[in-house]
Amino acid sequence: MEKPSVATQALKFVFLAISVALVVIPFWTVIATSLADQKTINDSGGGMVLWPGSGISFDAYTTVLQGGVVTRAVLISIGVTVVGTFLSLAATAGLAYWLSRPGALGAKPVLMLVLGAILFAPGLIPSYLVVKEFHLLDSLWSLVLPVLVNAFNVIVMRAFFQELPKELFESAAIDGVGAATVLLRIVLPLSKAVLAVIGLFYAVAYWNAFFNALLYIQSSEKWPMALVLRTYVVNQTTIGGDAAGEALPPQLPLQMAILVMAIVPILLVYPFIQRHFAKGVLIGAVKG
Amino acid sequence: MRQNSSGEKSSVAAAAGNLSVGSAPAKPPRRGSRAPRAPRRRWSRDRLLLVALGLPGAIALVAFQYLPLLGNVIAWKDYQPYLSISESDWVGWQNFSFLWDGNPAFRNALWNTIVLTIIQTVLVFPVPLVIALVLNSLSGERLKRILQSILYLPHFLSWVIVVALFQQMLGNAGMLNTFLVQNDFPIINIIGVPELFKALVTSQVIWKDAGWGTIIFLAAISRVDQEQYEAAAVDGANARQRLWYITLPALKGLIILLLILRLGSSLSVGFEQIILQQGPVGLQASEVLDTWVYNNGILGGEWGTSAAAGLIKGLVGVLLVVGANKLAHLFGERGVYEK
Repeated sequence: MEKPSVATQALKFVFLAISVALVVIPFWTVIATSLADQKTINDSGGGMVLWPGSGISFDAYTTVLQGGVVTRAVLISIGVTVVGTFLSLAATAGLAYWLSRPGALGAKPVLMLVLGAILFAPGLIPSYLVVKEFHLLDSLWSLVLPVLVNAFNVIVMRAFFQELPKELFESAAIDGVGAATVLLRIVLPLSKAVLAVIGLFYAVAYWNAFFNALLYIQSSEKWPMALVLRTYVVNQTTIGGDAAGEALPPQLPLQMAILVMAIVPILLVYPFIQRHFAKGVLIGAVKG
Repeated sequence: MRQNSSGEKSSVAAAAGNLSVGSAPAKPPRRGSRAPRAPRRRWSRDRLLLVALGLPGAIALVAFQYLPLLGNVIAWKDYQPYLSISESDWVGWQNFSFLWDGNPAFRNALWNTIVLTIIQTVLVFPVPLVIALVLNSLSGERLKRILQSILYLPHFLSWVIVVALFQQMLGNAGMLNTFLVQNDFPIINIIGVPELFKALVTSQVIWKDAGWGTIIFLAAISRVDQEQYEAAAVDGANARQRLWYITLPALKGLIILLLILRLGSSLSVGFEQIILQQGPVGLQASEVLDTWVYNNGILGGEWGTSAAAGLIKGLVGVLLVVGANKLAHLFGERGVYEK
């Protein structure tokens, strides 16, 4: 095939360079500003900086993590993410395993139930009422239970389980091994990739949970990170005015430090799982 | 809430799921007949064990997906929060007629929703396709992978983070304006301007999910038979002709499928994203159906009318998907599900 023209190549390069810059620059600026000291911020006219400049300062982070709302929110978000992801993975894998075994008792109507859940989104008001009737309002469980099982994830995992060679199941049956042992010893170890992907999806959803927190969590001592971000960064409410006489770092680095703390966990797990996720997302699609 | 957390996983994901449903392998014979030597008792215990493993997940789905469907009865009630649902009075179709008779706030929300849906379908939908085509035309496999990783990343950020980032970049005291002020240019107001709100929201959607949306297109492109390209090149087709006559026709089915899936969620134009930015912009420009339901119902205490609006929205979404799927069949495409 002929080589593409220079103009086409240049156009492609510019297009991709701009796309990548649009993603990278905001992250870079936010991190740089969170590390900037008083002088750098003042020099820039009180705005964002591209380079921490005269000195890197972790004051913003130490102030924000001194205790109080932000520290509590970090801990709450970590707790909800860890507990929620574990429970979601267990419930999803159990349901997918049930639905993936041929001829399993009651699997057909339940499969319909799962598929229906993808099509019909429950309305906001009725969902709120259900959470209220279960007395979950203002409880951290309201961040976990309503999103415990994602129907789409069940379908993906079921498709993965169905792909496993059926000889494995047959020989296990001949050896007289029970369904639970098969799941723990054979199915799950062979499904690490899909578990990692689905686990990431759940973890990211729990870490980012804003909608449910906004709806169901009222008292500020139960705020997860998303609500703290909204209050202190998006709505620019002032932080820590109560520390009498103590000189606080400028407001902007504090806000950027909160923002960075919300982003960093995602950046940390991202490289480990991202090689799996295209595969996870496309399970089934490629066959179709 | 589900419609957001799962909706966020994008139509890409949903597309993959629906395809896999259609192509599930034929059902092999029952396990019991395969393993005659396994004791009968163990076999039936296993059947129950499977159910026990799956039941917690199934119960969660019923409780938080299907139970709310029943909760929709309050659309026909004058729901009072201090009474239970069954104790509240029936009011017939009053809540629906309240909306239909032209409640101005509701009508404004409906209008904004429809406009945003149209803008986003026209402007947002093609971007991942374009990026995928450009990425695909690159030769270096490593470079391609690095670019993909960077472009996927924003998908994993929450809307709170995305909105905060946009504020810091484009807000009045943000990066862009700091730069402009330092170089003696006038500042540009982008955030908090009603006239620009729809453009802002649309560009945020593109920023967040365009890269992620390329996954499914790249997968589809990689499945196109390479010999077709070689044969076309031998016949003298240039790059643009190969794109137009081979790649795009190969993607037609997928594009139609994704458009149909989009229709289903078309009236959900991003609750989180919009509620976060309503403050400075005002409701006139920013209220959409989802935020109206929240503001009017949860905050305003108008439970009945909000539930009615939410119910209509959900029904319209389902009808759009079913209708669009019919249309796809008429044109000889496979659609989301088979006939």
